[in-house]
Order: sequence, then C-alpha cells, then structure tokens
Amino acid sequence: MAEILDKVKTEEEKQSFFGPKERRLLIDPLMDNNPVTVQILGVCSSLAITSLVYPSIVMAISVTLVTAFSNYFTSLVREYIPKQVRMIVQLVIIATLVTIVELALKALNFPIWKQLSVYIGLIITNCIVMGRLEAYAMANKPWRSFLDGIGNGLGYGAILVIVAIIREILGKGTLFAGSPVEIKIIGPNTTFLIDTTTSNLFGWYANNNLMVLPAAALFIIGILIWIHRTINPKLVDIS
Amino acid sequence: MESSNKYIITFIIIMTVVAAVALAGMREITMSASTKNEEIFNKRSILLTVNDYLGEGLSVSDLSDDQVLKMFKEQVEQVVINQKGEVVKDMLAEKIDLAVEKKKPEADRLLPLFVFKNDKEKFYILSVRGSGLWDEIWGNIAVKSDLNTIAGVTFDHKGETPGLGAEIKDNPGFPGQFVGKQMFKDGEVAILVRKGGSQDKMYEVDGISGATITGDGVSEMLQRGISNYSPYFETIEN
Repeated sequence: MAEILDKVKTEEEKQSFFGPKERRLLIDPLMDNNPVTVQILGVCSSLAITSLVYPSIVMAISVTLVTAFSNYFTSLVREYIPKQVRMIVQLVIIATLVTIVELALKALNFPIWKQLSVYIGLIITNCIVMGRLEAYAMANKPWRSFLDGIGNGLGYGAILVIVAIIREILGKGTLFAGSPVEIKIIGPNTTFLIDTTTSNLFGWYANNNLMVLPAAALFIIGILIWIHRTINPKLVDIS
Repeated sequence: MESSNKYIITFIIIMTVVAAVALAGMREITMSASTKNEEIFNKRSILLTVNDYLGEGLSVSDLSDDQVLKMFKEQVEQVVINQKGEVVKDMLAEKIDLAVEKKKPEADRLLPLFVFKNDKEKFYILSVRGSGLWDEIWGNIAVKSDLNTIAGVTFDHKGETPGLGAEIKDNPGFPGQFVGKQMFKDGEVAILVRKGGSQDKMYEVDGISGATITGDGVSEMLQRGISNYSPYFETIEN
C-alpha cells in the first residue's frame, strides 16, 4: 500500500498545479460541456428554484460546494472503494455533504433555507453530482477532481442564474428579491397585481405570471440550448 | 478488483462511522445558531402583523435581530389558552406548535395568543393553521382591541404553487387586503376569501385567480382558527 501511495505522490508532483489542463477543467463545463445545456443534467432543480435570482445564487453555491467536495473525497478514496458497493459509497459521501451544507445554511441564513426548503436536500439526487463522481472522480486524482467539481457546479450555477434573471425580471419585475440589495427593475412600483397607480420604468408592464411557474424555466432552458447550439454547431451532433 | 465480503463490510462500517461523526459534529456546531434563527424568524412574522403600529417610522424588515428580540420581550405578552377559553398558567405561547396541537384530541388542544402593546393600543395576535392545495398553510392575525377589526395578517405555506397559491405570502397585496376587515358578524366568523372578487367589503377579500383551492383553504383556516379563540374573547369581553 505504501508503495502505491508513494507512486501516486510522485506522479502528482509531476503534474502542474494549475496548468492549461486544469484550466480546461474549470472552463469547459461553463461552455462546451455545460451540464445543463449540453449534458442535460440537473434540469429538475433548474426548473424548480429559478423563479428568483437570490435563492438561485445560493443554490448554485451549494451545488458547487457539494460537487467539488464529493469529487474530492471520492477521488481520495477511489483506490479503496470496493467495486460492488461503489454507488452506495458515493451516495453516502454526497448525502453527508448535502446535509452539512443544509445545516450550515440553516445556521447562516434561515429565511433562504426556508425558501429553498426541500431543494437543498434534493441536491443528493441531482444527476450532475453523481454523474461527475462516476465519470470523473472515480478515475482521476483529487485535485483535478476537485476542479472538475467546481467547474461543473459553476456551469450549472451559470444556467441557473441566467434563467432566474430572465424569470424574475419578467415575472416579478425585480432583481435579487429577498436579499438586502433587492431592486425594482420594471413594472409598477407596488408588487400587488391590481394596483397600478405608481410606476417607474415601464410602469405599464404587468407581471407575467407564466414566468413565475416552473414551465417558464423549461422554455427558457430550451431557448438557451438552441442559442448555445447555434453559436457552436459542433454540439448539435453530440446528443 | 473484486473485494472480499469482509473488506466490504469493514469499509462500509468505517465509512458510516465517519459520516455519522461528521454530521453529528456539524449539527452540534450549528444547533444553537439555527434554533435562534428560527425563533427570530417566527417572531418577525408575528410582529409583521402589527407592522403599522410598531411606532414612528419602524418596520419589521428594518429591525435588527436583537431589536426584534428586545421588542418582543418588552411589548409582547404571551398567553396560552385552552379550548374552554381559560388561560393556561406558566406557559409561553411561543412554545406552542399548532402542527403538534392538531394531532391531539380536540379538547386538549392549546392555542397561542400574543398580545402586542404600543403606547396607545393593544393588539391580539392569533395563530391559525390549515391546508392549502398541496400542503399546510398557516398564518398570524392581529386584531384590534375591539376584538373584531383586523389590523394585519401574515400567511405562509409549505408547498403552494409559485405565482398562484404562493401569492398568499409572496404578494404583499393579498394579506394587505385584510387590514380593516371585520372578523365576526352576529357572533359568527364571517371573514372569507371570495373567488371572483369580494362582495361584502366588510368581511370579504378578493381571491387570487388560479388559486381557488388555496383561497378556500385560507377561508377555512380563518373560520376554524378564529372561532377557536371565540370562547376566550367572550371571557375578556365580559
């Protein structure tokens, strides 16, 4: 066992700490290997929690932490995980990390924890996390797996925030509602549907209720996938 | 590599212990902070019902956590009452969880009541709980000292549809409609959410389009919840 560890160590030292390969691990999932628009993973939670930007950002950070650290820990013990039970081991690692994130969020920001409710717990079932463990962390070194996790978490988070910005502006007329920096972008000043007395920018705009419903996220993600593939036609043949 | 059963079992046991210790430790660390957060969250939502009467230029959303706790301590009296309308001694209303009370036999249920006092007036804040379309809904109602006029309400829900049922909480206009309405008509609870727009402006508020069942749930919750407090109101009126 010690021999193997030594071998691993010397190989790791040969690898650069943050070379072009490592950079690709971070940037690829943001664009050409995006977990949501290219791999079509994690769509469920992208539909559910993207009606407001602030919870989406919190969700993106939580998922990034979970993917990064579950990748890291899985990669760390990958040589020792018995093949027959590897799925269970991966699930325990993910579930532990998700619960830790949830407990931390409950202590740090209770209102947002209330708002995200079950969806924090449901990160466990987010296909991105498990997918990266199986596809990457089981076969690569801890540091690279960690970067891969960060990259995929951010790729997912980027889509989440883009969708949430569109939905919140059109559905509520605000940005960052619920956070300390809430701003009103368009539509009448008061948020009540019937009252249209006071107005600022686009005072005539009536909030589009469809945008608040999860169905709107499906359209927006569909359009994003379309745009993404128009920009980069190489992606069309992949799936 | 195929592993032996012995190796697998050892591995799983070690992994479980490590995970359990990590989680237990994390819970131990965060416990006090999250309990405090929850307490402040609940107290904020109770004070929100009397937001207009907190005092010059004060608003719950501007108050710091410490100010909320201080205000609650100084200006709110906590009363627990039973089904006969009698005050139960030595109990704090904030310890009463309506979700737990709901499971008890009807005669044993306790009700929390918060009495908020400012310089001039006294408000009674009732807590109610019911069912919406998908899951539970609950709320607090502040009543003026005539025990009839509503001073403010807040609602919350577990899983109503965003943009439809969830508007009872997300759209300040919905709870806003309740301000100034009368709860009782000839001794019966008359306040209700009317689909298609209120008819009797004294007692009814507009329902939300597309959220009929949530609206009906709110009506049902208010009628049943408020009538639970009727015996107590009779005792203080006399």
